[in-house]
Amino acid sequence: MGLKILHSGLLTTIQDTGRIGYQKEGILVSGAMDTFAIRVGNILVGNPENAAAIETTFLGPKIRFEEAGLIAITGADLSPTINGEQVKMWRPLLVSAGCTLEFGTPRSGSWSYIAVSGSFKIPQVLGSYATYLRADFGGFKGKPLHVGDIIPVHGPSEIGAKLSQKLKLSLGTKAWCGVNWTPDPALLPVISPDPTIKVLKGPEYEWFARPSAEKFWQEKFIVTSDSDRMGYQLRGPELSVTDKTEIISSAVSFGTIQVPPDGHPIVLLADHQTTGGYPRIGQVCSAHFSSFVQVPMGKKITFQEATLPEAQSLYYQQERNILHIKRALHLKIIS
Amino acid sequence: MPTSNVRLYPLGDTAIVVQFGDTIKRNTHYDIQAFGALLAQNPFQGFIEYVPAFTTLTIYYNPFIVSQQGLIDPYHKVAGIVNELLQQVNQVNSVPSFRLVEIPVCYGGSYGPDLELVAELNQLSPEEVITIHTTGDYLVYMLGFAPGFPYLGGMSEKIATPRKSKPRAKVWAGSVGIAGKQTGIYSLATPGGWQIIGRTPLQLFNYHRNTPCLLQPGDHIKFIPISEKEFESKKEGRNGA
Repeated sequence: MGLKILHSGLLTTIQDTGRIGYQKEGILVSGAMDTFAIRVGNILVGNPENAAAIETTFLGPKIRFEEAGLIAITGADLSPTINGEQVKMWRPLLVSAGCTLEFGTPRSGSWSYIAVSGSFKIPQVLGSYATYLRADFGGFKGKPLHVGDIIPVHGPSEIGAKLSQKLKLSLGTKAWCGVNWTPDPALLPVISPDPTIKVLKGPEYEWFARPSAEKFWQEKFIVTSDSDRMGYQLRGPELSVTDKTEIISSAVSFGTIQVPPDGHPIVLLADHQTTGGYPRIGQVCSAHFSSFVQVPMGKKITFQEATLPEAQSLYYQQERNILHIKRALHLKIIS
Repeated sequence: MPTSNVRLYPLGDTAIVVQFGDTIKRNTHYDIQAFGALLAQNPFQGFIEYVPAFTTLTIYYNPFIVSQQGLIDPYHKVAGIVNELLQQVNQVNSVPSFRLVEIPVCYGGSYGPDLELVAELNQLSPEEVITIHTTGDYLVYMLGFAPGFPYLGGMSEKIATPRKSKPRAKVWAGSVGIAGKQTGIYSLATPGGWQIIGRTPLQLFNYHRNTPCLLQPGDHIKFIPISEKEFESKKEGRNGA
């Protein structure tokens, strides 16, 4: 099976769960913005959670399936359609050769994923399929997907083949069909245009003047249009540190909220640099990464303080949710 | 290693920072190197990777795995492992061996368009700037900013120069620059505000190589002046540049 790109969309790339083990050499993790969504997308088509999938944002691509295959669309709802018919998300879909997947108006969230059973026939670079845009490697030829690209796909995974067989029974004369079940919505992160995001105090939190620290928790911040895969640039009350000491460059990670001298926080995301030198006021709880990255530009967020044990419990809960989804899928295959 | 001054604190729910000092010092760097090497030899269940910096070493871990799916506190578990390793580093008390890497640099001209400016601002001749820059013994404290980009210590303050007020839209890979009291080498072509005094024909980063990055933390480097002709003959492929 292969996928032919008919329209590229705004920024469509191949990602996985990231390039691990090279940050000490200054090599970014990259990978999906919404790791939960890409993991579940892969699970639904029977792939390993860290398999490569397509990530797209806001204005999605138009893709033709050159051969039949099993796919799933997760993450933001960018109004996906196949052959012009509305598609339900978060479930396995069987598409026959010649089907065209397209996206329309963004309905909720920012980042959407297309997982394909068997995943793509592309080389790994430094242990990962993630596209490293700035350094031009990984993914499909190191670049965003482009009109005319044909992405080769492996045959379906074992679970994918079993699901496809079941779906073939209900396909009939239709060009595509989906299963009539989906993971319990309670297991999925909340995608909301104005979420409250749980945040841990950062290593330099105490450096911030009392009024700044209070405003950080009390006021809302807008995700500005300067935001990208490297980080979301926020606008809200200006935050200032009590003395202007610079910090010596140290590690920063996905979810680090750093405050440059202009007082406007930046939340570092998938393409963040490995180290940074700005004071770190906070760190988004891992379990809230999905809700955070899915906030569309121009929308507001509120930060709420979390303790480390609370963040850890949320983390465990999210991992258990993923295990539940996996188990539920296996039961569907057996039944 | 005097571990009494080492501080541990969390960076979010998936990382612990081990802070070895508050200023950029060679001894602190050696401690970090020794600890990093020991950690790499003794990875624990749930360990993901570590990132050494000037005064810190940050360890990333998967809290679900470390906590045995929520049974024990993962931060305290990792902190305990770190403390045990710190004790072992203490006993080793090794003097680090290092690699000396020679970096050929073609100074001035089109490869180093800011050499004259650096000379002028420091009331030196361009030749004196080159002599000072090539005399230094530089230590790679850490890699960051871009793949294989070395943060170097050891530049003479005689050639310290502020960054450009307006960054260049494109600085070529291999460009050797000065920013304040620091010198560095661009590993990728990127926008940048450093004063560019020369360029090396070597590739600092190439993902096709077994070791993608030319330099590693702990390396010492020496800059060797070369002519434009030598630059052309030593030039490495464009891949990764």
